[in-house]
Amino acid sequence: MKRQTLNAILTHAVLIITLLAVAFPMYYAFVMATHTHQDAYAFPPILRPGNQLWTNIKTAWTRVNMGLLLRNSTIIACVVSVGKIVFSILAAFAFTHFKFRGSWFLFPLCMVTQMMPLPVRVIPLYRMMADWNWLNTYQALTIPYFASTTGIILFRQFYMTVPAELADAARVDGATPMQYLWHILLPLSWTNVAALLVIEFVYMWNEYLWPNIATTEAGMRVAQIGLRMLYTSERGAAEWNIIMAGLFIIMLPPLIVLIIFRRQFAQGIAMQTTK
Amino acid sequence: MNRFPNHRFLPYALVIPSVAIITIFLIVPFGQAVYLSFHRVSPFGTLRNVGWRNYIEMFRSSEYLFSFRNTMIFSALVIGVGLTIALCIALLTTQKIRGAGFYQIAFIWTYAMSPIIAGVMWSLIFDPSIGIMARFINRATGLSINYYTDPVAAFILVTAASVWIMLGYNICFFVAGLQNVPHELKEAAWIDGATTWQTFWVVTFPMLSPTTAFLVFVNTVYAFFQSFGMIDVVTQGGPNRATEFLIYKIYRDGFGRMQEGQAAAQSVFLFVLIAIVGAVQIYTSTKKSVYDR
Repeated sequence: MKRQTLNAILTHAVLIITLLAVAFPMYYAFVMATHTHQDAYAFPPILRPGNQLWTNIKTAWTRVNMGLLLRNSTIIACVVSVGKIVFSILAAFAFTHFKFRGSWFLFPLCMVTQMMPLPVRVIPLYRMMADWNWLNTYQALTIPYFASTTGIILFRQFYMTVPAELADAARVDGATPMQYLWHILLPLSWTNVAALLVIEFVYMWNEYLWPNIATTEAGMRVAQIGLRMLYTSERGAAEWNIIMAGLFIIMLPPLIVLIIFRRQFAQGIAMQTTK
Repeated sequence: MNRFPNHRFLPYALVIPSVAIITIFLIVPFGQAVYLSFHRVSPFGTLRNVGWRNYIEMFRSSEYLFSFRNTMIFSALVIGVGLTIALCIALLTTQKIRGAGFYQIAFIWTYAMSPIIAGVMWSLIFDPSIGIMARFINRATGLSINYYTDPVAAFILVTAASVWIMLGYNICFFVAGLQNVPHELKEAAWIDGATTWQTFWVVTFPMLSPTTAFLVFVNTVYAFFQSFGMIDVVTQGGPNRATEFLIYKIYRDGFGRMQEGQAAAQSVFLFVLIAIVGAVQIYTSTKKSVYDR
């Protein structure tokens, strides 16, 4: 008994120290965002928050046109999340509830997307977008992303566990497959929808390579590019307080989405690991 | 399986959206990349077939081999160090302690960080003039580290930021994997007199292999591709090309130097590398584990 309590205390201690260590870069960045330029350079370093957060945020906001960046990122992250969720629900429904010729080929095809991340096809994709006059448009930043391996796996995994009697009962009662999907299956899938929403929103908000290549107009810039502009322009003057204030604004939306749906996200992950 | 046998065409309508996107935006551009990799593009946009020359020159280029070597070291560190730390934390959070559920979720937030955000945060910590790490190392050893000029410092900076960013996701997966390990197996090992250490290596670790294989794949994808933003913003591949990883080289050659054919050959080779890792992962997760009946 004694030994067990000792073990528990030790485990708690190690976990708390690790957690603090992992949170430290975030805390340090936050402290930096709350000081004046002068205090940021104080020696020894000040590790307590100051009172300049609001001023720094306002400076960062106007310097990179933050409103526009956040609007663009919100639009593409929401559109891609919804698109991926809808497309993968439909595909997963087909793969689990129907027997059709060609599914042996189409399912692996959908899995292959995982192996072809954007970077391995970025040059031809850029040429294609240029040919279609899609550069600097929302289409170019959203539509190529709509297919999701993760999404199809996530929904397929779940739909395979739904008892067949449910679909049989619906069919006997005269429901069409789409009615069954909409009224019965979808309400059961909210955990997966929320998990996929987190995955795709975070992914799209943080996407950088493609928006950087596919957009050149200031009006189409996304938040990650804004952070780069802030960082590269202010690092010369080393205004770390302004950079970090901007960083916090840009970091918050995906963090909030993740924190709201953290349980569903963890459950979604658990579902992917069970076979 | 076939729960609505009277609808013969519906399933096709359901998969068409995904299949169309995959065909138009994945398969076709990838095919074009393969095609382009056997050509050189002139400044006027005309293509000239050069056979395997892009590939041959690629493997002969010391610049490319240097980038390849650095990418491999970077990936190995992100996977090795990152997964070890994550597994240790996951093991601790699945002990029978009060508040285990809190700890299991408490690390998750690093998942929401973008590579650029992580890179900027860590470059503050490593900043030569005010960074707390740089100051600490200076105080402790008398060395001044500067990631603008020192390749090793820049390499450590991007590795640390990458391990940090992947931590939340890795822990979450390991926790889920550990919870799937049947308790009876561990108990059986204990009854047979195995120590905690032996139980881990003989029971827990082999049972985790599908999870570990999946995480190796995801972390490889991160190291190969997603680290791009961090590199582009914080180090621009420097100093002395120390952080010019394969993906960054593709970007530079393809868009900066307009050597599209050569860059296409590089991306096809990168695809081969990731396909190998993916195939190993699929093999590990589908083959029956040693302990399956």
